[in-house]
Amino acid sequence: MFTTDEIIIAGFGGQGVLSMGKILAYSAIYENKETSWMPSYGPEMRGGTANCITIISEKKISSPIVSKFDSAIILNQPSLDKFEKHVKPHGVLFYEASTIIKPPTRENVLVYKISAIEEANKMGKKQISNMIMLGAFLEIKPLVKIESVLAALKKVLPERHHHLLPVNEQALLRGKELIELNYHVSV
Amino acid sequence: MPTQKSEIRLMKGNEALAEAAIRAGLDAYFGYPITPQSEVLEYLTEQIPKRHGLVLQAESEVASINMVYGAAGAGARVMTSSSSPGISLMQEGISYIAAAELPCLIVNVVRGGPGLGTIQPSQGDYFQATKGGGHGDYRLIVLAPASVQEMCDFVFDAFKLAEKYRTPAMILSDGALGQMMEKVEFPEEGSLPHQVPTWATTGKKGRERNFITSLHIEPEKMEMINLHLQEKYKEIEKNEVRYETFNIDDAEIVLVAFGLPARICQKAMELARDKGIKVGLVRPITLFPFPKKILSDISKKVNNFLVIELNAGQMVEDVMLAANGRCPVHFKGRMGGMIIQPEDILEEIEKIVEQPIMQE
Repeated sequence: MFTTDEIIIAGFGGQGVLSMGKILAYSAIYENKETSWMPSYGPEMRGGTANCITIISEKKISSPIVSKFDSAIILNQPSLDKFEKHVKPHGVLFYEASTIIKPPTRENVLVYKISAIEEANKMGKKQISNMIMLGAFLEIKPLVKIESVLAALKKVLPERHHHLLPVNEQALLRGKELIELNYHVSV
Repeated sequence: MPTQKSEIRLMKGNEALAEAAIRAGLDAYFGYPITPQSEVLEYLTEQIPKRHGLVLQAESEVASINMVYGAAGAGARVMTSSSSPGISLMQEGISYIAAAELPCLIVNVVRGGPGLGTIQPSQGDYFQATKGGGHGDYRLIVLAPASVQEMCDFVFDAFKLAEKYRTPAMILSDGALGQMMEKVEFPEEGSLPHQVPTWATTGKKGRERNFITSLHIEPEKMEMINLHLQEKYKEIEKNEVRYETFNIDDAEIVLVAFGLPARICQKAMELARDKGIKVGLVRPITLFPFPKKILSDISKKVNNFLVIELNAGQMVEDVMLAANGRCPVHFKGRMGGMIIQPEDILEEIEKIVEQPIMQE
């Protein structure tokens, strides 16, 4: 059960940071939940780090801008350095194994190290690493159902990309499995 | 199975505003791109050829506003949008439109200034929007949305008010509200009917000539025009004030904020109430006409006002006028594109309530 989850997703431009947040927000709408998506749209987006705050809630959202997060999905080192301290106590922090060499050190946060890029390469499509990460995240924080994510993807992706829906589904499911098989938790 | 109402959409503020304009029966849009509002022009350019109306990217903001002037004179339902530096360029034209008593919608998706500034959100254009902006004694009707839904709804409200009073209306938004996505539900297309007004310059065949100008050389005439405009603004102040209040009844300290910061204040209010501090909130929705009366009434009962803005303190002056010395008015702001966080506001609230109340 949850009432509100405030999520920060951050990484380099091109890692699918903004679209991961967007897909979460669209999925929330499919479940008649409240949602907001606030992107960074400044110079950092034009070739540096990018981030977005996505909020999913069962009640009306007051501020779409927050500085403390229930969940963090972090895809590069500068973003981890910036946002690790902003995760609420007992929140969750997911990080990408291959781009982050200095792992998080917070002790009152649930930390998940996910090799999403490596898995995406194994699956032969490096663009789907964000969906692997999202699948892993949703396994721990089932804020929306995988079916809703798939329905959202179908809506967000232009028709010409609809042949990619099956590989996105596989990626989401692969992310779930990564958690089931092999997760690193420090509490 | 996931259920979804087909009319609920997830959209950026700028896109929702553009879609609303089409549904509100927009006849013409003239504009020039500038971050963070270019999505308005982009969306309209994509949609209008498939639907109805005219969209034109002019050669500059100065040209855009003068095209708006012309189209409004001809009786069209017309709008432009820009962001701070672009709105500054339009001020001469806006003054002419106000003087000529023509309805139109001007949207300012504010970014940090002064100067070319930054593309991040700001409220630094409050004075410009509410006190005139261009030369001469005129006012705009100014609506300040705080959600993507209001970016849609206020387009309808702004056109209604502009046409009712024959005066330009402004939607004063900000970069964050323009770029963020939220749920939005649109009114039906055609729900705001529009007839070409009798004063419009549509060709004099079969009637007396209509004449629209802002030039009146004789001071006697110009004074009459001014008196008429001031009467109209008084009427607007009497009839069109809009605001929202939260937790006012038991509040000891009342936050005052407009636009997106009002929602950040809501979060701060929740945090403060969790700590047992009785905080309320007033959100002015119309910045002109300003909700003086409610603030004046509240100033008789509370210990403190705290005004939160993304500027150096602009609306705070109007709050002070409304409070008229009856209670202290504090201010906290961020500038230059920086956004205030709920925790910063909470800290400020705690500082104020810990202070002993000063006796004069």
